[in-house]
Amino acid sequence: MYVAVKGGAKAIEASHALLDQARRGDPATPELALAQIASQLTLSVDRVMAEGSLYDRELAALAVKQARGDLVEAIFLLRAYRTTLPRLAESLPVDTDAMRPIRRISAAYKDLPGGQMLGPTFDYTHRLLDFALAAEGKRKTVEPVAAEPQADCPRALDILDREGLIEKVAESDASPPDLTRDPLQFPAERALRLQNLARGDEGFLLALGYSTQRGYSSTHPFAGEIRIGDVDVEIVPEELGFAVCIGEIRVTECEMINQFQGSRDLPAQFTRGYGLVFGEGERKAMAMALVDRSLRAGELGEERTSPAQDEEFVLSHADNVEASGFVQHLKLPHYVDFQSELNLIRRIRADQTREAAE
Amino acid sequence: MTVSMPKDPANAARQRWMRVLAKAQPGELAEACAALGAMPQVQFVRPPETGLALLRGRVGGRGAPFNFGEATVTRCVVRLVGDETGPMGFGYVMGRDKDRAERAALLDAILQRGNAAAVRQIDKLEAAQTARVAAQAAQAATSKVDFFTLVRE
Repeated sequence: MYVAVKGGAKAIEASHALLDQARRGDPATPELALAQIASQLTLSVDRVMAEGSLYDRELAALAVKQARGDLVEAIFLLRAYRTTLPRLAESLPVDTDAMRPIRRISAAYKDLPGGQMLGPTFDYTHRLLDFALAAEGKRKTVEPVAAEPQADCPRALDILDREGLIEKVAESDASPPDLTRDPLQFPAERALRLQNLARGDEGFLLALGYSTQRGYSSTHPFAGEIRIGDVDVEIVPEELGFAVCIGEIRVTECEMINQFQGSRDLPAQFTRGYGLVFGEGERKAMAMALVDRSLRAGELGEERTSPAQDEEFVLSHADNVEASGFVQHLKLPHYVDFQSELNLIRRIRADQTREAAE
Repeated sequence: MTVSMPKDPANAARQRWMRVLAKAQPGELAEACAALGAMPQVQFVRPPETGLALLRGRVGGRGAPFNFGEATVTRCVVRLVGDETGPMGFGYVMGRDKDRAERAALLDAILQRGNAAAVRQIDKLEAAQTARVAAQAAQAATSKVDFFTLVRE
């Protein structure tokens, strides 16, 4: 328990001034413009949008600047801003079949229909510091090649699906639960879990996904397909009654293929784990897909033995705004609490000393 | 409630221009309006308002819908002064730019009245968008790979 304390207003004011000064850094260097953050620190902006759960590049760039580059703080700022806006619409589900990809790979099929495209990836870089970047102005360009226009991008997992070797995707148009409106309850259905994971902390999900690979609920994953690209967003305004495109967003989608030995009701087959996040967030989408699959243990009749299979543990701790709030609330005044504990320890000590003397 | 919509041929033309207006860059939209010269005065049925759109995906890409985040969206509804009983113009655009939403609503109103010059502006905006998509696809295509597997001997 903490109690309100008075005083310190002047100190707080001074602290704000110091924060402004620290944010600005050396006045001899040019100040960062939001456009620079939005267009050059794109992956920071993408992570803030994904975990802030709000797609708006400008706002995310502002949050990154205001938070001095602390992405978890920036995510908090974006979440707080979101609560000031009314909800005007709900979108139709985005059609990732119709994605305009900038990257598309499969670790399961080398001859992916439609081809594999690396896009702007770190994967094949040497991870050596590039000192040429320290000198401004270096830029490589590529000569575009003629690309045949592609309608829908066929999915790698369709190959398995046609052979009946992977579980079918259950088609449904049911309106999904929304954890921004209704508190999380257990057991949580898959749609609710995915909403939680999509805005969950990348580091937490990465560690959990990693734990499944190291044997804590092994699900034998293959990156069936990862695609990054743009999709249209459509809503159906009540006054119009037909679908209207309101813009496009960049997303990363990951479909994991996981081994499944079969159960009493199901033959041996591959199963699916799914990840979908705002922006270019491949590591996050992969971690999400791993954790989505491990959380399906109950549904697939697998024994729950590991943290990544425990939905209450995973979903209750995935949100970094909640986690950081609860950890950091320890900095608030706990003077009264602490005094009572201090008195308690002193009393016990005194009792023990007396007993020892007797 | 269901969350999918059938294709709607009756509204196809309007859906097209609303999509083109929503995807136009702010500068392009302002240029399109400027190119149309004197524009009718508008009355707000709904003044530009920024809020949230809940965004949905599907489990496994094609399965049950789930919510995966929100986006800012700005809407605006206008009537044309002098033709108040005629069709209203709607602007729905992602982001927080109120001018963009208002321009999109105004253009929707005049396009519903069959303004040929406005239709030409839509064609022009759409051509620019198609070119951007093609340029992005061509850039991405430069990184297409032909993997081959080495046979172990």
